Amino acid sequence: MQPNDLERIAQQIRRRDLQAVFEAGAGHIGGEMSAIDILTALYFRVLRLWPDQPKNPDRDRFVLSKGHTACALYVTLAKRGFLPEDEIATFLKPHSRLNGHPNCNKVPGVETNTGPLGHGLPVAVGMAKAAKLQGASWRTYVMTGDGEMQEGSNWEAIMAAAQFGLGNLTLIVDHNRFQQGAALSDTNDLAPIRPKLEAFGWDVSEINGNAMSEVVPALERRGARPHCIVAHTNKGHGISFMQDRVDWHHKVPNAEQYKIAMAELAEDLR
Amino acid sequence: MSETMNSPKLNDCRDAFTATLERLAESDDRIVAVCNDSVGSSKLGGFKAKWPERLINVGIAEQNMVGVGAGLANGGLLPFVCGAAPFLTGRALEQIKADIAYSNANVKLVGISSGMAYGELGPTHHSIEDFAWMRVLPNLPVIAPCDAIETAAAVEWAARYPGPVFLRLSRVGVPDLLSQGHRFELGRANLLRGGHDVTLIANGTLTHRMMKAAEILAGQGIEARVLNMATVRPIDVEAIVSAARETGAILTAEEHSTFGGLGSAIAEVVVAEAPVPMKILGVPGVFAPTGSAEFLLDEFGMAPAEVADAARTLINRKAARAA
Repeated sequence: MQPNDLERIAQQIRRRDLQAVFEAGAGHIGGEMSAIDILTALYFRVLRLWPDQPKNPDRDRFVLSKGHTACALYVTLAKRGFLPEDEIATFLKPHSRLNGHPNCNKVPGVETNTGPLGHGLPVAVGMAKAAKLQGASWRTYVMTGDGEMQEGSNWEAIMAAAQFGLGNLTLIVDHNRFQQGAALSDTNDLAPIRPKLEAFGWDVSEINGNAMSEVVPALERRGARPHCIVAHTNKGHGISFMQDRVDWHHKVPNAEQYKIAMAELAEDLR
Repeated sequence: MSETMNSPKLNDCRDAFTATLERLAESDDRIVAVCNDSVGSSKLGGFKAKWPERLINVGIAEQNMVGVGAGLANGGLLPFVCGAAPFLTGRALEQIKADIAYSNANVKLVGISSGMAYGELGPTHHSIEDFAWMRVLPNLPVIAPCDAIETAAAVEWAARYPGPVFLRLSRVGVPDLLSQGHRFELGRANLLRGGHDVTLIANGTLTHRMMKAAEILAGQGIEARVLNMATVRPIDVEAIVSAARETGAILTAEEHSTFGGLGSAIAEVVVAEAPVPMKILGVPGVFAPTGSAEFLLDEFGMAPAEVADAARTLINRKAARAA
């Protein structure tokens, strides 16, 4: 699938995600909009997957460590055929399997339960280590938020991945520069991220994480060492009034804002 | 508790753990061991010598160790994640909750040197909270074997069981109590001694102390039932209810805080199903003073003679209630 096809799919996922958050009256729209281009590239181009066999042992693994952006993952999984697209309407409803953070025992395509931050990368290191030990060719991808990198467990895993020589592991840091309460730079500023990962023995790429032409080649890069993609993104990407505004971490648009946002996302489909 | 020349041979259950693990790993190449710089204290030296690539040492990083375990299981392997119990359970509690229990990852967590095995090192190194922390987590059987035989049987069972397990081991020597060839059954207590006057229930390093207390009581004409209850969750409701109904009093002892452990789990059943006088022996909600595990267990009223005293007090309460 070519970059412009992927861009079209990403916009469709954005629209469905926005609708789901609007209808549910809750969600994490800002960090979903920043991550959707990368999710689209993964699920529609990079990952080797069999939606009808979600546990196929040869599948590539993807872990959404920033589990609070589950809705974007659900929409992507549904569009890729892992679950019925109309099930997205149940997001956050009583007894829906689509709760605010992904559950691997209920939702096909989810690999491990995330929600508390700093969990996905250690699990991904274990996955990549398992593949390497067994001589298997499947690869492991994991996406964290940039604020999430403040969790110490990530740095334990970063050390281990380098020590184990996990060239089959890709970490994507969704570097949208905002965490829940404030800008990263006003909280616990770990930017620039690149030299820190390099110092820990990783290969690092820096890209515009909202530009498909940069996202795809970065995800397809192969090397002997674990690879970190520092994806510079915009929180709320694609919706002008949300972009780079910290309050849109988990704010829900009102009816008028919803209309404006939908119109902006439609315009981009041209 | 003083040992005499006639004392039976004491075994370090870690040896039974690693011998069994190595035997299973011979024929099951999914088995890997994961540790936190604890190759020696987890007795994994032999495993490492045989399969250096299957011994995954993440360094001193328990959160990562547990997450890595979950990932290895996702990738089709069968990880035994081993570390000193206080750090495995305390430092990595949220990983155990989210990555292992909630994700239902097929990971075997092995808490080594649990209880007050590191007695002299002080409360930072005591693991007398782990039953409480682990047993509130759904999907996670909690097991504390009483001897080397039960340890080996539980390891073998855990390898076959298709889900997470927390195995709590000590390094303090214990005599064999179960018979060779014993098969472990989850949630099933073992009757070690019959009796109708009172029931003594324990697991781990306390079971053999209960047996000694029962011998003391027998010398005083009191027939105590002794149950070894290795599984703290799921608790053996049937054995507890029978003990309450048939003996009318229950005394528990554990190398753990009296808050939230084996005694608490038993009390939850007793209160709901068959209320009878009961007492929970353990560490009474304090940070322990300096001393060996054996010293501290005596210190906290779990020397066999004191256990026997506590049992007689309970029997008197039972009699007073009946009167």
